[in-house]
Amino acid sequence: MCGIAGFYGTPDTPVPRALILRRMIGAIAHRGPDAQGVFDDDRAALGHVRLSIIDLATGAQPMPNGDRTIWVTFNGEIFNYVELRQDLVSRGHSFRSASDTEVILHLYEEMGPDCVDVLNGDFAFALWDSRQDLLLLARDRMGVRPLFYAARNGCLFFASEVKALLQVPGICAELDPIALDQIFTFWFPLAPRTSFRDVFELPPAHVLIARPDRIAVRRYWCLRYPDAGDDCALNGQGEEAIGQELGALLADATRIRLRSDVPVGAYLSGGLDSSIIAALAHKIAPARLQTFSMTFGSAEFDESGYQQEMVRALEATHVSFACGDTDIGRVFPTVIRHGEQPILRTAPAPLLALSDVVHRSGFKVVLTGEGADEIFAGYDIFKEAKIRRFWARQPQSRSRPRLFKLLYPYLPGLQAQSQKYLEAFFGHGLADTSDPLYSHLPRFRNTSAAKIFFSDALLESIRGYDAVAELRESLPAEFDRWHPLSQAQYLETAHLLPGYILSSQGDRVAMAHAVECRFPFLDHRVVEFAARIPPELKIRGLREKHILRESARTLVPSTISHRAKQPYRSPDSLSFLGANQPDYVDDCLSTSELAANGWFDSRAVGKLVRKCRAQAPAGFRDNMAFVGILSTQLWQREFVRGARSLVPPVSPALVA
Amino acid sequence: MTAEIETQVRSLIEDNFLFREDRTSLSDTESLIDAGLIDSTGILELVAFLEERFKIEIADADLLPENFDSIHRIVAYVARVRATAPSAS
Repeated sequence: MCGIAGFYGTPDTPVPRALILRRMIGAIAHRGPDAQGVFDDDRAALGHVRLSIIDLATGAQPMPNGDRTIWVTFNGEIFNYVELRQDLVSRGHSFRSASDTEVILHLYEEMGPDCVDVLNGDFAFALWDSRQDLLLLARDRMGVRPLFYAARNGCLFFASEVKALLQVPGICAELDPIALDQIFTFWFPLAPRTSFRDVFELPPAHVLIARPDRIAVRRYWCLRYPDAGDDCALNGQGEEAIGQELGALLADATRIRLRSDVPVGAYLSGGLDSSIIAALAHKIAPARLQTFSMTFGSAEFDESGYQQEMVRALEATHVSFACGDTDIGRVFPTVIRHGEQPILRTAPAPLLALSDVVHRSGFKVVLTGEGADEIFAGYDIFKEAKIRRFWARQPQSRSRPRLFKLLYPYLPGLQAQSQKYLEAFFGHGLADTSDPLYSHLPRFRNTSAAKIFFSDALLESIRGYDAVAELRESLPAEFDRWHPLSQAQYLETAHLLPGYILSSQGDRVAMAHAVECRFPFLDHRVVEFAARIPPELKIRGLREKHILRESARTLVPSTISHRAKQPYRSPDSLSFLGANQPDYVDDCLSTSELAANGWFDSRAVGKLVRKCRAQAPAGFRDNMAFVGILSTQLWQREFVRGARSLVPPVSPALVA
Repeated sequence: MTAEIETQVRSLIEDNFLFREDRTSLSDTESLIDAGLIDSTGILELVAFLEERFKIEIADADLLPENFDSIHRIVAYVARVRATAPSAS
């Protein structure tokens, strides 16, 4: 796990190439504290910061092929590199290192850019083929590892994080109003768009091929589901056979993710998914497992009882981090610095603090249960859509809307609702069951309510733009033929997962402290298999992740395997006001700073802050708005206003 | 008295749910849910605000959209409750 950066072409600046490259990798040094390396042949420049995990001795990068005509700079892991290497050796390739990096070079020699098809891993790499004058950028299927690029005056710049691109003279941070509108609709910008105007993300499962005269971006893998009612997807296998095959796949996905020359730990949330992964790791590698978790003071968020139960079951060595009332506010600006986009929730903050604990415990790699809720339908949004469809079939039913109370036992506010209010809240758009976005429209609508704070100027700059329409247009051609659950799962897996979960709550907060997360549930073999499992085996009645629970019955204690999903949440506006208020909040939300940035109506924000101060808001909208506004203001401080101090003007002495 | 209640209700909604008077003018009969101002958690906030501002007690059985889902309905509800429990006002 590492960071990469570089460029292809000639930068339009008097600043020397070597200095630009050094500055770029300097900006992401946190991703790779163990070593730095650069390559430049005046056509392409590649940089690398290394977190040594595999082949500590000879895995230095950028790494060339045998005749030094092809070079690669690589972030991530190719988990099946052992098998790929054996294949390549049997076909006559000779290796100089034991690294997974070298496997990419040999595969490229044989297959060209199609080499990504045989990689099983979490990767982002840049490969320079000097013979063909071609630069290849590639990113893993699910979007675990980040990769950004920007073209300026015929030169293509790329990096693991945008902050490295901002080191390039001529690339400046400017918030993209469309991206902000998307964040206040979906919680993230739609790739390839980023929060930064004219800076792009290489979307998951895509390669970019740059040649002297053109740049082409193409998709090499797609998440696909069978047509609704297609029972042949898994050859008509019964539930038990499917469960067994799933168990075997998951065990193998975990096994190859334990490949490492440094010890691998595991996160334990107390929920089903991380418990399964930790239990599999314990079974595969009998040495004592090191686990990490976080606890909260408030019972509303805390899961420590279940964590302790798993620790006892696994006889693990456990370290837990108690997330205190002031921790979220304390680390929140750091979350924005690393995540590089405004966010509507504070959930990344405790994870950033946790990765610090992992780092200080001497660990570089952890397994997590991330991904299971997307691919096995664990999130409440799936069940909520199911209940809404069930109710829409008999809209006059009084008992069907009562199911929403069953769905949200952890929301005391909702439990107090009258029948009529439940119907009013969940009944919006009830009859539009043929809408392809049916499952997500309530979320998009509730999130968009926070746009009430947008300034007139911002509204003017996005006039006529419809984020939901753009999403609708981007759906795959066969989307309409899928089962409603598959459609909802696609939206979560192809969009929310890379756009928010794996970035703001994943790579970026983990790599802030040089920790690599590995996700067995996101092995593409598991993802493809899960997509073919019939919807009724994923949500049985209202029991989410049914097939996963069944396949894990012997693996985890029954209190865990039967446990209802508790979504991972953390305190929102409460973390920033009252006794816990961090010192930056008043300035960030001051009338003058709001007006200077121009994104939000300072008077309306003033009312929101007054309301939140008077009593902690219970409402989702107010909490999302508060966190979204504060994080946008912090983003502006970090990348636009602070940019001058972070990137000093080039002094004459440094210009060759 | 209704006019005074109406002024207070409108300012309460504007300060705590609409947050602004300029852009989105809210009519007296517009649904607060449809306008996106009240979500499933916001309704309990509204009830707490009303109880505090008007010194009334709102029974669980009264927690219905027909009592609270527009400025007009809230005003009528508050006036009704005050009329039946004058000592509380």
